Amino acid sequence: MTRRGIVLLALLGLLLLVAPLVADRYVVSVLTTVLWFAYVGQAWNVMMGFSGLLSLGHALYVGLGAYASAALFVHFGIGPWLGLWVAMLVAMAAGCFIGFLGFRFGVRGVHFALLTIAFAEVARIGFDHMQWLGGSGGFFIPVAGDVGNDLLNLRGSPTLFYYVILALVLGALALSRVLLHSRLGYQWLAIREEPEAAEAVGVDLFRARIAAVAVSSALTALGGVFQAFYFNNLFPEQVFSMGRSIEIILPAIVGGIGTLIGPILGAFILTPLGEGLTFLIEVSGFDLPGLKQLFYGVALVVIVVFRPEGVWPWLARKLRLVRAPGESA
Amino acid sequence: MTALLHVEKLSKRFRGLKAVSDVSFSVPQGSIVALIGPNGAGKTTTFNLIAGVFPPNEGTVHLAGKPITGLKPNRVCAAGIGRTFQIVKPFGQLSVEENVIVGALARERSVAAAREHARAVLDRLGLADQAARPARSLTLPDRKRLEVARALATRPTLLLLDEVLAGLRPTEVDRMVEVLRDLNRREGLTILMIEHVMRAVMALSDRVVVLDHGEKIAEGTPSEVVADPRVVESYLGSEDI
Amino acid sequence: MPLDYYLNIAASGLLNGLVYGLAALGLSVIFGVVRVVNFAHGEMMVAGMYGAVLLAGFIGLDPILSAPIIALVLFAFGWGLQRGLVNRFVERPEHMQFILLLGIATIILNAMLMLFGPDSRNVQVPYGFDTVEVGPLLLDAVRLRAGAAAIVVAAALFAFFRFSRPGKAIRACADNPLGARVVGLNIDGLYAMTFGIGSAVVGIAGALMTLLVDARPQLAPEYTLLSFIIVIVGGLGSLPGALLGGVLIGMSEALAGFLLTPSLKSLFSYAVLIVVLLLRPQGLLGRRS
Repeated sequence: MTRRGIVLLALLGLLLLVAPLVADRYVVSVLTTVLWFAYVGQAWNVMMGFSGLLSLGHALYVGLGAYASAALFVHFGIGPWLGLWVAMLVAMAAGCFIGFLGFRFGVRGVHFALLTIAFAEVARIGFDHMQWLGGSGGFFIPVAGDVGNDLLNLRGSPTLFYYVILALVLGALALSRVLLHSRLGYQWLAIREEPEAAEAVGVDLFRARIAAVAVSSALTALGGVFQAFYFNNLFPEQVFSMGRSIEIILPAIVGGIGTLIGPILGAFILTPLGEGLTFLIEVSGFDLPGLKQLFYGVALVVIVVFRPEGVWPWLARKLRLVRAPGESA
Repeated sequence: MTALLHVEKLSKRFRGLKAVSDVSFSVPQGSIVALIGPNGAGKTTTFNLIAGVFPPNEGTVHLAGKPITGLKPNRVCAAGIGRTFQIVKPFGQLSVEENVIVGALARERSVAAAREHARAVLDRLGLADQAARPARSLTLPDRKRLEVARALATRPTLLLLDEVLAGLRPTEVDRMVEVLRDLNRREGLTILMIEHVMRAVMALSDRVVVLDHGEKIAEGTPSEVVADPRVVESYLGSEDI
Repeated sequence: MPLDYYLNIAASGLLNGLVYGLAALGLSVIFGVVRVVNFAHGEMMVAGMYGAVLLAGFIGLDPILSAPIIALVLFAFGWGLQRGLVNRFVERPEHMQFILLLGIATIILNAMLMLFGPDSRNVQVPYGFDTVEVGPLLLDAVRLRAGAAAIVVAAALFAFFRFSRPGKAIRACADNPLGARVVGLNIDGLYAMTFGIGSAVVGIAGALMTLLVDARPQLAPEYTLLSFIIVIVGGLGSLPGALLGGVLIGMSEALAGFLLTPSLKSLFSYAVLIVVLLLRPQGLLGRRS
């Protein structure tokens, strides 16, 4: 990255850090949503962007993480900071199981994508019938009265949640960067580009792919934990839905699959536009459910048609935020 | 000389069709052996059997006395065999250097060490000035060299080269031949190559194995092989040597 | 008699399954020729359902009679979609195709949601509550008609591919696109026609479906997945396989819905999908890309 790029990113980071001090509640809540999508987009990106594994069922990991942590809290009084480890483990186990089946049985391409959808759907129907977790009627985390900010139990003001999700985004960014520059990261990219050639230079495809699923599903589960404690309610119909899975893949696609900044940029482009649209419609007195999603669909089509590599690579070139390939360091 | 690679009675059928049948040969330590034959003779299939792309129906492969038959490609690589692909398979979006780093990581744990090794290999193959370019933007001769560089970066004891000279101009062929000879002479790298460019086969190889219709029809020194009437009939024919 | 009971359930499942199978045929035709997986399939089907609902509401047309009109509209839509958008993705990485069609699916789904709202709309037909006695079976007239119409359309489709000139050209194109281009076939045109035919078929299936269930936008993703399940069970790209898979899924759904909680019936289909994906993905594919 050029100095210009680093300075710009640092400025944006600073802006996000002070945002709750200057912005009103609504803006903070929108930013929280933006950051949430940036976060899960980054988590999905580890699978698709780094290793070329298309998961269209990432809502599964969000849901498992959310339900696991919420169940521990509600039924056993175990707080989220302990629960998140269980949540990550549960999601990781599910991811590794699906990955194991898929990779062992050689399920590729569209079939792998369908396998991920199928498991998410199975979970949706299964949780619909799990009365211990509220079933289709929903599972609720009791909202304590005004107890102030209780970081330990993740109860408190929107500002608290804002900073938690901001920390998650930055953490995921740092982790993605470290991973991408590690031995495993190089192997992932090689698999994404040419699995056969990667195997010929010693990459264990199965292990590397399982590692990608494990990292991605565990990270995604954290997004679920956040969601559970932020919204305090979980409905299988929403949490595990195919529509949610598509929303998760949007930021990375719009921003740039396989890039570090792409998913974050994508979320910052899409969510405010979508929220703004909803806001405008509400203000003008119409009731049009689905308008936001319609806009997301149009965005998806426009991006894959005109900017298939995503906005970030293009923007970075235009603004000279990264060095052009071949330019000396 | 002891055999580094020993292939014994290797057979492979695809849906009943024999692609390779009962092929045996050895590659002595420190030698260059060429595998030649007409299109469809089973050369690339033999390579894939050695490299572990698919297991043979019958027969065994030994590397330095150890059986490697039916191992997965990554295990074969770990055992010490590096290979190139006839249709080059660069990691297109990665830079040339990153391509070779992936190869070097077969032996190195640390990326920094792998990068250092990759740079040395790129220097060796004259690709250093292209290091930062995305691999997909290379010309065909450079892609072929990248293919060799990536295989070489895995520090193989045996290098399998699948038509790395095909499609190159004569000057480029000479350059590559020079590099290969140098690797063989100076570093003792053993090479098994599939090649159609007979000029290079004659210049480089110590021994030649000829396949036709999946069977070995001749083996010997280059001059013996080109004098063999069966080889002339089935393969060389009117081709200039 | 319990046996009669089961037979009745199996028979109505079979009739449902024929309509499912017809819908899956549309998906299979497009995949078999254009090699594109239509993630907007269920959305097109529900669009067909709303077409039938509207035609029934405004001019009182029976869904079976409105099917040809809907087929024409969806043919045009599919043709245009292939020409305008999908065609430039045929050579691109497959995940790009999926994402494009997911985007289109999202647009259609939410456009329907905005136009028609989330509530169910149904079609009233005079024979809505009639039953027909066939031996020991007591079948709903709507189901019988929908199943029969599905068979007629499927047969017409088979005949088209078997005997007509464009049908043969499309098959040639599916077998060997390069060869087809060499002998002078207009590949892009044939692809567009195929996408149109596939869309028309799923539109008809949607129209027939209104005889069996009420139209809701939320059905769309379910039908997309259902069609995927069917073609994968039957063999992606194989036309008889799609019909057979539809019947199998229809019957197993009906029985599972009866034996278990109805809301669990799709769980059964997903279980079937997972098992088939794992055990015979390439065997059922017909041809591996």
